[in-house]
Amino acid sequence: MANLTTNFIGIKSPNPFWLASAPPTDKKYNVERAYEAGWGGVVWKTLGSEGPPVVNVSGPRYGAIWGADRRLLGLNNIELITDRPLQVNLDEIKEVKRKWRDRALIISLMVPCDEESWKAILKRIEDTEADGVELNFGCPHGMAERGMGSAVGQVPEYIEMVTRWVKQYSRMPCIVKLTPNITDVRKPAEAAKRGGADAVSLINTINSITSVNLDSFSPEPMIDGKGTHGGYCGPAVKPIALNMVAEIARAEATRGLPISGIGGITTWRDAAEFMALGAGNVQVCTAAMTYGFKVVQEMISGLSQYMDEKGMSSTAELVGKAVPNVTDWQFLNLNYVTKAVIDQDACIKCGRCYAACEDTSHQAIDMSADRTFTVKEEECVACNLCIDVCPVTDCITMRELPLGEMDKRTGRKVGSYANWTTHPNNPGAKAAE
Amino acid sequence: MSNTQLTPGVVAGRLEADDYARNFGDISPRLEPHEARVAADRCYFCHDAPCMTACPTSIDIPLFIRQISTGTAEAAAKTIFSQNILGGMCARVCPTEQLCEEACVRETAEGKPVEIGRLQRYATDSLMEKGVHPFTRAKSSGKRVAVVGAGPAGLSAAHRLAMKGHEVVIYDARPKAGGLNEYGIASYKAPGKFAADEVAWLLKIGGIRVENGKSLGNGLTLDGLKKDHDAVVLAVGLGGVNALRADGEALANVVNAVDFIADLRQQPDKSKLNIGRDVVVIGGGMTAVDAAVQSRLLGAENVTIAYRRGREKMSASTDEQDHATGVGVRILHNVAPVRVLGQGAAQEVEFAYTEDEPGGLKLSSETFRLKADQVMKAIGQTLTGAPDGLKIEGAKIAVTGAGRTSVPGVWAAGDCASGGEDLTVTAVAEGRDAAEDIHNSLMGVAG
Repeated sequence: MANLTTNFIGIKSPNPFWLASAPPTDKKYNVERAYEAGWGGVVWKTLGSEGPPVVNVSGPRYGAIWGADRRLLGLNNIELITDRPLQVNLDEIKEVKRKWRDRALIISLMVPCDEESWKAILKRIEDTEADGVELNFGCPHGMAERGMGSAVGQVPEYIEMVTRWVKQYSRMPCIVKLTPNITDVRKPAEAAKRGGADAVSLINTINSITSVNLDSFSPEPMIDGKGTHGGYCGPAVKPIALNMVAEIARAEATRGLPISGIGGITTWRDAAEFMALGAGNVQVCTAAMTYGFKVVQEMISGLSQYMDEKGMSSTAELVGKAVPNVTDWQFLNLNYVTKAVIDQDACIKCGRCYAACEDTSHQAIDMSADRTFTVKEEECVACNLCIDVCPVTDCITMRELPLGEMDKRTGRKVGSYANWTTHPNNPGAKAAE
Repeated sequence: MSNTQLTPGVVAGRLEADDYARNFGDISPRLEPHEARVAADRCYFCHDAPCMTACPTSIDIPLFIRQISTGTAEAAAKTIFSQNILGGMCARVCPTEQLCEEACVRETAEGKPVEIGRLQRYATDSLMEKGVHPFTRAKSSGKRVAVVGAGPAGLSAAHRLAMKGHEVVIYDARPKAGGLNEYGIASYKAPGKFAADEVAWLLKIGGIRVENGKSLGNGLTLDGLKKDHDAVVLAVGLGGVNALRADGEALANVVNAVDFIADLRQQPDKSKLNIGRDVVVIGGGMTAVDAAVQSRLLGAENVTIAYRRGREKMSASTDEQDHATGVGVRILHNVAPVRVLGQGAAQEVEFAYTEDEPGGLKLSSETFRLKADQVMKAIGQTLTGAPDGLKIEGAKIAVTGAGRTSVPGVWAAGDCASGGEDLTVTAVAEGRDAAEDIHNSLMGVAG
């Protein structure tokens, strides 16, 4: 069986599955039960400065969107950082870490954006023996209104400044958690790196309103008739997170900066995808909140099986394996030609491919009186929409035209690799050398 | 009650009160809202959907299912009713496994179609239980139309005509309107007084008067109707029952299955119904199945359906046959009754084995007898009392187009008319289409 042990910025854990900083990690009781279930590490729910704890709303803290069978697809929350006294958290962290030496325990922090506050909190946690800190520059709701969370994460200069303080006043490994509520995630990642961060973790939650109650005309979750934007997470955000992870992994300025991948990870497959795009480990929250701590067991067995099948003996072999294949549009091969092929034996004749292609694409599917659907290669641009809407797996596939075959749509033979940078239609094209 | 399943003869009260309640309760209760959402989510919203093509009334099934999935069952109901005003009853009695659900691509894909019938019931019940009638009448046309027969075809025609602004009178021989919906459906498919409630709901459109106790030859003549109305719709169904043409048919307790089913439907207290200990039902259609199943449900010890041809020729659907065998009915194929034996009342039926040959059915010389203190004939219904002057074709009123008979101004629809299967849903479609044709004809619209 594959060895899932990971060493992330010097922090070892028996597997790459950590619980993200969130309600599931807010106290000893939960964290110990998570470890018992098999989680490799936890990021303890964000601690704030000494003083009266924050206050949470006592109405709904979460809003959700569901599939038809109430399968939870996306979740948002308006919960703030820990509302337990600082010392209680610190005592529990210390106790748990001593008992669970082989598991990772990271402390998430969020304090006001001044040097003294950071210095003070770092001093308070020094004694806990925790493995590292994660700087919460991501939370988009509540705390951001007080100049913390994403209010810091949206200003690269602040990120760099605070990270520098943290590295100055603490010897702990430092992970900077990034907000996706920005235009270019590479900028805050670069800032974190400049400030001396050992790693970044992303994504934090996305600003969102999950739904609107059409009777009371209030956004959900609703508190006494009003609502506010919350942080969106769960399976629905995974594609956004994957892209942001990949952008940091492949950018010149941040290449090699360790990444802890977060965003809708629900199964081993999601985790493997994040890791292939450069995440050294992953953090999970919504899946645990939906199904309980036990979900990690499927993640462990699934990743092990996959790695065995691929002949990978350690997670390091998987990490970043897809990064070289993430490129810019301009470098895509414009001579790569495929055509949709419908397997008539597998086809159940629903006609969804036809409706999609006829109404919204390229009118490249023919429908006969007996509901036989065939691709018109002379019209097919290989957009893939027919495959995306087909309810039968592998009923429609894309056939790659070999070099030299005539593309019936363009009347040209398939040539060898050529991209936009040298295309004759590109005014800025450079002559092929 | 001192009777049991083993009591000889034809007696009432073979079962306990709980048994009757269970046996004649709703066989397929309405989906709960969450069940409906999950069931609706399985629909692929097919292009030019095969289910819709398979529906005799062409209900836009993908659309109504999508409307259910977005929480607007009332809008879904209107989609259904705009094509089939008796969509509530059809949701209960349609052989969906031979129609929409057989055509469903999920049936092709995984042998498990979208539950179209149950979803239809979910939608129609949602609107009907609110007492909302979703249609209004057009401005009065000043035209009067007579409809003979208040069954599915007649009601459907009447509703569509009334909606178009015409004045409609429906005449029916029976004391209640509804036709086979009221008198001919197995009780567990439409328990309670659903059929009567549905008629009352349908009549809310206005402009329809129902006169019971009147039929052609009993207070009505076709000429008289024609004289007093601008158009006439004959939707009289099939009033006669085919005879066994076997010795002993006149013995006591040899009954018509349709009468047994009608009595059963009209009796709210099922424990008062007489049923034999050994019941033999002759026939292979839905009527045979409904009679046999309900005989078992009333407590008959042994119930046998005897059909003269093979299983594949039975007009009762496979699901219906499975339902029958599931409640303990035995189905014999390739046997034909030769005679009924008994002293005054039926005691046995003698059968001969048959061979279905190209030249016709051949009886073998080998015979056997089944104990039978009650024999039910379910070998088909026939058209009776068709007015003179109407062209008859294949023992039905000949029609062309949307139900036009050989007599101008007279349309026919439902089981009495030629063409189409003898199904409730087909009758509804024919009634509706005849009404549209009448409207176009009366209003001078090119048809």
